[in-house]
Parts: sequence; C-alpha cells; structure tokens
Amino acid sequence: MFLARRFASFVATLLVASIVVFTVLDVLPGNIAEVMLGESATPESVAALGAKLGLDRPAPVRYADWMKGLASGDLGTSVAYDTPISALIGERLAVTVPLALMAMLLTTVLAFALGLLAASQHGRAGDTAVMAASQVGIAVPNFWFAILLSLVFAVKLGWFSATGFPGWSADAGGGPFAGLRALVLPAVALAVVQASILARIVRSAVIDVMREDFVRTARAKGVSRSGVLWGHVMRNAMVTVLTVMGLQFANLLAGTVVIERVFALPGLGLLAFQAIANRDLVVVRDVVMLLAAAVVCINFIVDLLYVVIDPRLRARGS
Amino acid sequence: MTAARRRLPASFVIGALLVAALLTLVIISFVWTPYPATDLDIPSKLQPPSAAHWLGTDSLGRDIVTLLIVGSRVSIAVGVIAVGIGIGFGVLLGLVAAVWRGWIEEVVMRFADFTFAFPALLSAIMLTAIYGPGVVTSIVAIGIFNVPVFIRITRASALVVRSREFVTAARALGKSEWRITLEHVLPNILPMLIVQATIQFALAILAEAALSYLGLGTQPPTPSWGRMLNDAQTQLFRAPMLAVYPGAAIALTVLGLNLMGDGLRDLFDPRLANRR
Repeated sequence: MFLARRFASFVATLLVASIVVFTVLDVLPGNIAEVMLGESATPESVAALGAKLGLDRPAPVRYADWMKGLASGDLGTSVAYDTPISALIGERLAVTVPLALMAMLLTTVLAFALGLLAASQHGRAGDTAVMAASQVGIAVPNFWFAILLSLVFAVKLGWFSATGFPGWSADAGGGPFAGLRALVLPAVALAVVQASILARIVRSAVIDVMREDFVRTARAKGVSRSGVLWGHVMRNAMVTVLTVMGLQFANLLAGTVVIERVFALPGLGLLAFQAIANRDLVVVRDVVMLLAAAVVCINFIVDLLYVVIDPRLRARGS
Repeated sequence: MTAARRRLPASFVIGALLVAALLTLVIISFVWTPYPATDLDIPSKLQPPSAAHWLGTDSLGRDIVTLLIVGSRVSIAVGVIAVGIGIGFGVLLGLVAAVWRGWIEEVVMRFADFTFAFPALLSAIMLTAIYGPGVVTSIVAIGIFNVPVFIRITRASALVVRSREFVTAARALGKSEWRITLEHVLPNILPMLIVQATIQFALAILAEAALSYLGLGTQPPTPSWGRMLNDAQTQLFRAPMLAVYPGAAIALTVLGLNLMGDGLRDLFDPRLANRR
C-alpha cells in the first residue's frame, strides 16, 4: 500500500515536472525559433527553424512528441551541434555520473567516519573538533574550495591538471586511470562540503538512537558495544541519515554542475551552459528535465530504502 | 534558572559579531568606499597589497577591498529578497494547509514536494535560457527554492501548536480560525521561522555566489563575490591570492549566519541545547 502510493506520487511528480519544464522552455517564450536565433534573425530563417522544430503544431502535440522522445531515447538533432541530442547527453553523462558517484562515495565514507567518531566522543574533544570543522565546512562554497584545491594541488604542486578531462578511452590519450585522476579534485571539492552536513546528521542520529530503551535492553542482554552499534543503532539511525542523503543528492547534482565549470569538465553542466550560450533551448530543456528527473528518482529510491530498513513502514502504509 | 543558563550561547555571540561586522561594512559602503567601485585603472593592475591598496588590485586595476565591500551588497540584497519570497509564499501556504487540511493540504504539500525537484541552479538555468542572466534571475530562482522549505516547516509547526490546549480554549471562546492563526499560532511558530530564515539566508548567499560565479547571476560591472571568484580563476597563476579573499568573505558571512541560527535555536529552545 505504502509502495503503491509512493509510486503513484513518483510518476505524478515526474509528469508535473515535465509539464513545467516544457511550459517554461517551450510555451512561455512564444516562438522559440525567434529566441534561438536572436533579434537579428530574418523572418525566413525563423520560419525555417520553426518548421525544423515542428513549431507549427499545437503545444500539446509537441509535448507528446517530446515525451515519446524521452521514452525512446530519440531526442532529435541539436541545432547548434548538428549531432543527435541523445548521443550528446550520453557523452556528457559519462563524466557527470562517475563524478557524482565518486563524490557521493567520498561523502558517505567521510561523513560516517567523522559522525561516528563524534558520537562516540560525545561531549569530549573529538566531538568538539568534528563539530567545529563541519561548521566551517558547511560555510565554504564548494566552487571556492574547488578553486583552492586546484590552486594548491594543480598550480603549486602540479599533482593534477587544473582543467579538462582526458576521456575514458586510451586511444584518445585518456584511459580509466587518467579519467579517474581528473575527477579526484572535483570529487573531493564536492564531498568535503556535503560530508560536513552529513557528518552532523550521522552524529545526532546516532546519539538520539543510543538513548532509546531497546539499546539499553540489548546491552543488558549481553550484546557487545559494537554489536549494538551495527545491529541496532545504525539500522535505526539510517532512516534519518538516508532522508538527508536523499535531500543532499539534489545539492550534489547542482554542485556537480558548478564544479564542472571550475575544472572545465565536459559534463552535463557544461553542456547546459554551452546550450544557454548557443540559445539551444531544446538541449537546455532536455538537460534540465534529466537533472530534475534524477532528483525525483533518487527521492523515490530513498522512499523504497526506508521500507527495507524500517519494516514498520510496510504495515503503516496509508 | 541560573545565571549560566541565561547567558547567550557563545556561537550566537560569534555569529552575531560576524554578521554585525558585515552589515556595518554594507552601511559604510553607501557613504564611503576606499575607491570608486567601477573605476578601472589598467596601469596599476594586479598589484600586491600595499598602503594604497590593502589587498592589492585585480586584473582591471580595481581595488580589492572596495570590490569586497561593494560586492557584499548584492549578496545581502539577493539573500533578503529571495528569503522574503520564500517566507511570504511559504508561510501563507503552510498556514493554509494546516488550517484547512483535507485536499487543500494535500495539494499544497505535493506542490512543496515537487518544487524540491528544482534546485535554484536548475530554475536559474531555465530562466537564463529565456530571459538572460541577471540579479532578477538569481532572486527568482533562489526565491522559488525557498518556498517549499517554509511551507513544510510552517505547516509542521502550526499543526503542533494547533493541537495545544490554549488553541482549543480560544476556539471555545468563539474565535475564528484565522484569528486563532494570527493571534496564537503565528506568534508561537515565529521563533522556528526566524531560525530557519537565518539558515536559508546563509544558503541563499552561497547560491547567489555560485550563480554569479557561473555567469547566471549578477552581471558586470556590478561587483559581486561570485564574479570576483570567476575573474580570479583566470589569474590563478599570476595572482593566486585574488581567489582567496572573495571566498573567505562568503565563508565568513555564511559561518556567521549559521552560528547565529544555531545560537538562536538554543536560545528559543533550551531543551535542545542541553541535548546536543
């Protein structure tokens, strides 16, 4: 019951999001061929582009076509790049997705290590140090931290390159190792700021659960300290932690877009900015939809995970 | 209540001092700045710190201290207006949801869920693609993202207050729902809203800086911290310190606001302070 409800609201959210994106980027601007070509365009060229984009058809038909395209992966051809948009996006995802995953992994490892350290040291020096460091971490803009990292590790020490991405294939001068290496500084820049927030959540969630009666009961029954921590405390604390991780994912995606700019990584973010500069509204629309859909999907996955972690939700449902 | 309990939290004092220092700079900037903010002086570009230019000059010969001071105005203005939009719409919709319940509440809350799928950056990308970049784009994009935050917190805390005895008593006295909301609910959720507003203000400043850095927000020649970082990145090899100052200004402002928010929360709800 809980799952069915959540799934319905997931689909509805995706639909509404697509309608909003379509309305803002296709209907509201009026004739998007005019917007794309700029004020100096001749009426003939506007008409030609309009015909190419199928603007003569009513908006609901264009929306339906776009939906079909999203479902089938055939998004048409980019006017500015003259390549299929799906190929363009796929190429960029090969940078953005590994970067986001690397950052999320680093965030999780850092946050749990620091959060558990602080919780186990509650009220003592280690706790205070973690809390103070995370307060600073939260205040630091991730793109500034990225610039500082590139200043130290690329400009001064020369361990990494300051900008660019060599690609995943060895033929083009890149390769798996070179590719990962180019993503290290961007991922660290993203993770440190995110982990500062998450470490605080892990800490307070663990401290809260530690106070619960079932923890005392488990200890009284002779379960070891670490047994209680991993078997009882973490499982219960994870509900809170996961909620925040889900919310953070939206930030992480937005952060990825910004960080790509700092390191000139050819990911989705850079594609969006190039599309804006080229006034390629069709590409902007697809990229924005993809990013919004990613946020909605992650939140749905978090909902599913709740049920796995906390079986009580299955019964509660409605 | 002991004297120690009545003392202001240390975090609040540090935060308030940082914020007060920033506000003082902003006010002074309207009367006096070391140099005119938009005056270019190409011959004296990229100078190191000196008596004439405390933090040196940028690639166009502008005084860094002046740019930092004047740049703070944009951050503050965008933050105040964007959070204002969030509070205006968010608190109203949150109260409507809490008072009317039923399908209206359902619609409002789904709207809030849905708006969360659009971080400020995504809205800004869409708006820029059509209307072009600018301060208004930043304000609208950050404002939109603040609305669901305030809807959720207002509804949740209003529901708690509305279940208390004094509200039942007020209802028994024949007060209308809206009078109860204005006279009893709103004052009781105000502390929570103030704390949240402080935190959102800090987030808004971070978002504005990011948008300006990306070129979606404040446009030249108006100085802003985000733009300064963008310019500084092109001079990373020649003048690395230029990339340090604006970021430090952002970080100190956000740190001040966050500490103030934490301190206010402890002040309004001492039980929480003891638990942490």
